Amino acid sequence: MNERIWKRIYKNKTSFIGLILVALFGLMALLAPVLAPVENKNNPYQLPQKSYQIAPQPPSSQNWFGTTEQQYDLYYGVVWGARLAFKIGITVTFFAFLIGLFVGGVAAYFGGKIDEVLMRLTDVVFAVPSLVLAMVIAAMLGPDIKNMMIALTAVAWPSYARLVRGDILSVKQRDYVTAARTLGARGPRVLLRHILPNSIYPSVVVASLDIGYVVLTAASLSFLGLGAQPGTADWGQLIAMARNWVLGTPGNTFAYWYTVVAPGGAIFLFALGWNLLGDAFRDILDPRQG
Amino acid sequence: MLRYIIRRLILLPLVVLGVTFVLFFLTQRLSPEMRASLYIKDPRQMNAMEEVIRQYGLRDNVFKQYGRWLGNVLKGDLGYSPSANMPVSQAIKEYLPATIQLALVTIVLVVFFGVWFGSASAVHKDKWQDNVARFISVGGFSLPIFVLGLLLLMIFYGKLGWFAPGGYSVQSNMIIHAASFKTYTGFLLIDTLLNGHPRVFLDVLFHLVLPAVTLCIGSFALMVRVMRSSMLEELNKDYVRTARAKGLPEWKVVYKHAGKNAIIPVITLASIQFIRLLGGTVIVETIFDYPGIGRFGVIAAQQLDIAGILGFSLMVAILFVLGNLLSDILYTAVDPRIRLE
Repeated sequence: MNERIWKRIYKNKTSFIGLILVALFGLMALLAPVLAPVENKNNPYQLPQKSYQIAPQPPSSQNWFGTTEQQYDLYYGVVWGARLAFKIGITVTFFAFLIGLFVGGVAAYFGGKIDEVLMRLTDVVFAVPSLVLAMVIAAMLGPDIKNMMIALTAVAWPSYARLVRGDILSVKQRDYVTAARTLGARGPRVLLRHILPNSIYPSVVVASLDIGYVVLTAASLSFLGLGAQPGTADWGQLIAMARNWVLGTPGNTFAYWYTVVAPGGAIFLFALGWNLLGDAFRDILDPRQG
Repeated sequence: MLRYIIRRLILLPLVVLGVTFVLFFLTQRLSPEMRASLYIKDPRQMNAMEEVIRQYGLRDNVFKQYGRWLGNVLKGDLGYSPSANMPVSQAIKEYLPATIQLALVTIVLVVFFGVWFGSASAVHKDKWQDNVARFISVGGFSLPIFVLGLLLLMIFYGKLGWFAPGGYSVQSNMIIHAASFKTYTGFLLIDTLLNGHPRVFLDVLFHLVLPAVTLCIGSFALMVRVMRSSMLEELNKDYVRTARAKGLPEWKVVYKHAGKNAIIPVITLASIQFIRLLGGTVIVETIFDYPGIGRFGVIAAQQLDIAGILGFSLMVAILFVLGNLLSDILYTAVDPRIRLE
């Protein structure tokens, strides 16, 4: 990460907005215990329930964003949802990248039959839309957050494996690798010391920018009832609860607008931030666009 | 080219086998009682569960069981889906055309509006039209389908009452499921016309509007971007300058000359997006209660209906691989510079 990149992000208005949005959500996630004090110490992601009344209640001085079905506090849900979003996004991307790095590295380094087998393995995962595959895996494992993360990791790693493989293959041919080999450096050392450090950087950037996408897919799973369970501070799950109230009360369709807008707005701004930031990086990594 | 197609077609069964085996392996976590549903053809058999388990060897090792499942699939028997209350093969036959119909209508919307907004954006570069189109394209990319779907449902069903969820109205349902209604293609938009029910046709079309608009948002955003940059590239080329120098009116230069070339990448992108849409239908069909294969898959997953899940995944994998192959071939057809190996 050098000064030039930061300068360009700063100069471009939209990517700067993206950076600010992601930073704000990051701050919200870090400061969650301060912004929304925890009531259930054992599980801070458990939404506090104000009463057992069923219908959502509009925003008030006590519940800033109102409450959703069964009086779960929406403000608490949005704040802790940001923390959960980062937790899911970072965990899934990290492990998926690690697996992708290993598989892609092995495939590229050894080549031949091993390469062929591993790449066909990625084909299998690519053969089904990622949301559909994640949905099916999450369902079989049983719906909760941990299994959802496993399912998301299972569908995310192949794209990193291909990315890393491609990068390594291009670096493998360079002169300094041959030089290291002629000097007597052996297999693993060449891979770890010479090839990886020079090929991994673009993939790391691409992977970290996928955090927004991973969170969006996670929210979709929770929305379908195959991720976070009711009562969890998860944006997708909060929207799933809003589903029963979209038609409002007779004569007032928008009576429960806040049940959709509060968590929906959070997801939208979160994804927007990552997408704007991603655009900026893609432009920087692609030298053809000035 | 031919070699490429043949190699991919040989790979197809391997990939489909891989996907279904992984999923089948996962099902082994579930109890034999739950897995028995795969082999039950008649709901009445539910009572004799232990017998079914013994008869089909559901406590055997996973490879043996998978082989048996595969054998049945090859015979066309995908098992019974408790969540849809019918055999899986029948469910697919009933729900798949509705989803393809939805995806087709969506892709038409995506191409039409994508080309329109994208070229307007390019022609008026850096003016307000451009800013609006770019804002919509970035925003559309970030707005999750389920949030947009609920908002549209709130406004156009709840407030205005223009469109309703579901696949058709109650009245149409009676006509469609009457004995006299003949199924020609399975696509309601075609069958209603062939049966001479233009009103039902309009009703079905109306029910497609909200799901299609919701589904199109992500692809639309992408399409606007591609059309914009492709149009900008064409407008800077020499032949456009020549056309302008000849004194042709600007609209003719833009739409007849540059537009024709600018649209090529859009068409290829559309063929890829058509397959991508299949993933999105899962959510859209759930929100709008649209009777398609996506909703069938979601309900099967929610209720752990194994036969349904396996059948659904099998079908999606086949469709997806074939669709990708088709769009690869289309690529070469549209752009002769690309060679498949």
